[in-house]
Amino acid sequence: MAQTITEKILAFHAGLKEVEPGQLIEADVDIALANDVTAPIAIAEFEKLGVEKVFDKKRVLLIPDHFTPNKDIKSAEQAKILREFAQAQELKNYFEIGRVGIEHVLLPEQGLVGPGDLIIGADSHTCTYGALGAFATGVGSTDLAAAMATGKVWFKVPETIKVVYHGELPAWVEGKDLILHTIGLLKVDGALYQALEMTGETIAALPMYGRMSMANMAIEAGAKNGIIAPDEITLDYVRPRAQRDYTVFASDPDANYCRTIEIDVSKLRPQVSYPPLPDKTRTVDQAAADNIAIDQVVIGSCTNGRIEDFRLAAKLLKGKKAARFVRLMIIPGTQEVYRQMIKEGLTDIFLDAEALISPPTCGPCLGGHMGILAAGERAVATTNRNFVGRMGHPESEVYLSSPAVAAASAVLGRIATPEEIL
Amino acid sequence: MHNIEGKAWKFGDDIDTDAIIPARYLNTSDPRELAKYCMEDADAGFAAKVAAGDIIVAGKNFGCGSSREHAPIAIKASGVACVIAPTFARIFYRNAFNTGLLILESAEAAAAIADGHQVNVDPATGTIKDLTGGQTFQARPVPEFMQKLLDDGGLMAHWRKRLRDDK
Repeated sequence: MAQTITEKILAFHAGLKEVEPGQLIEADVDIALANDVTAPIAIAEFEKLGVEKVFDKKRVLLIPDHFTPNKDIKSAEQAKILREFAQAQELKNYFEIGRVGIEHVLLPEQGLVGPGDLIIGADSHTCTYGALGAFATGVGSTDLAAAMATGKVWFKVPETIKVVYHGELPAWVEGKDLILHTIGLLKVDGALYQALEMTGETIAALPMYGRMSMANMAIEAGAKNGIIAPDEITLDYVRPRAQRDYTVFASDPDANYCRTIEIDVSKLRPQVSYPPLPDKTRTVDQAAADNIAIDQVVIGSCTNGRIEDFRLAAKLLKGKKAARFVRLMIIPGTQEVYRQMIKEGLTDIFLDAEALISPPTCGPCLGGHMGILAAGERAVATTNRNFVGRMGHPESEVYLSSPAVAAASAVLGRIATPEEIL
Repeated sequence: MHNIEGKAWKFGDDIDTDAIIPARYLNTSDPRELAKYCMEDADAGFAAKVAAGDIIVAGKNFGCGSSREHAPIAIKASGVACVIAPTFARIFYRNAFNTGLLILESAEAAAAIADGHQVNVDPATGTIKDLTGGQTFQARPVPEFMQKLLDDGGLMAHWRKRLRDDK
């Protein structure tokens, strides 16, 4: 029977020849990860089971990235639970401040996840690793705890939606714009319980950072996982990093899809998602015409915290300054991204633009710390969610965009097109 | 699992986990602490108004967004006994059962039940009675093993009990 890439990876990890949508399977996980918000509950649940050791100390990953550097005493207590568990269990992949980065930027960069893997994470943006051709999905802390103990998780095999992107990307249009546009078409529950497979000539030419922005936001359409089949671009990224063997899977040409969507990108413009849902997408031109004044710009996150994202922002910010009453924040995803920013002179461009450079953290993306909005304030952010109160006060607003639109907006103090500041 | 009867609290479509429990309160995982802020960004006074046994009746895609298990934990700890919606976001759906929160899918009940109505739910049969409105709806019943899981207080408590009983 013809299979999709998602079905093949699930079948492989369940020890089956093939699987079909709706089938319940028990699968072996390659990686189980949690962060400082979700791990404390997972660890408490793990301890309830009465199992002494995690199933594999190399494959259970703890990444304290949300409220770190510790925001307050309560967060410090949460982070301490992770540290003590990592010590007691002798976990190989626990990352302390100075080594830690935003989990979904850090793990691919460090080669801890790879093509063909089955990855579960107690974080909804775990789906990012689909960009490497892995099956990766977010779970709650209890599901994670069971996997930490047993190395296994049960799934219902999802149906797959295929999105085929045609045409060459116009100037200033990024992977981020493709996924915002796609979520605008699908809506926030358009892929509920389903896999989202992204393919076509546009994807074949898209660099890894753009693919990661896309897979990262599959959850914003409700999808179980987002996935892009590995190709030479993937393998060029994976080869020098991989810490384990990996397996390349691809969908059969005659695989079954519950829905196929064709998108011509050749005339697409950069996208902006209006609050309070990621599916409220408009073109940047519409947003610029709406004359939306802003108070803060955040460039970073697991969606857009990679070196290429900052190169793009720097290209537009070079020789310019953030508008006087706009707080511009640059948040490199990892220490390696930070170092590379310094090496390439990007930090100078950002400092000259009077941006604040933050250590790697999820920070303001989830309204955690490091850049919270007051009532009535508005931010443009390269993050992934613009729900009510997401970055602070319930009466504040978040507009989602690419780093290019965010950089242009910071300079003009309102949502702006990249062309406006050239 | 016995019947639930309580007052309905209505919410709209796409209620996300940030609305259920804002991230500013995620520096703890204590259920009693989380309960104080339950639904705060959707209905600011909810935690003070809700009574034990009450029922949330919401629109489609309830619980979308983050994977935080704090969301069903906060709802359960606030006293809410059941959530009824046409559909639930995938991660929230698993998290609800895993933490012992009863949820039922019924588009008809979610549309028809009005705020403040008295509602009776039978998890075993999936029957939802709008006592104030005088209508009855049928959701898919909760399978017996899932009822046991809920009775035991969630997945881990359920497994611990099963492992102990097997000995």
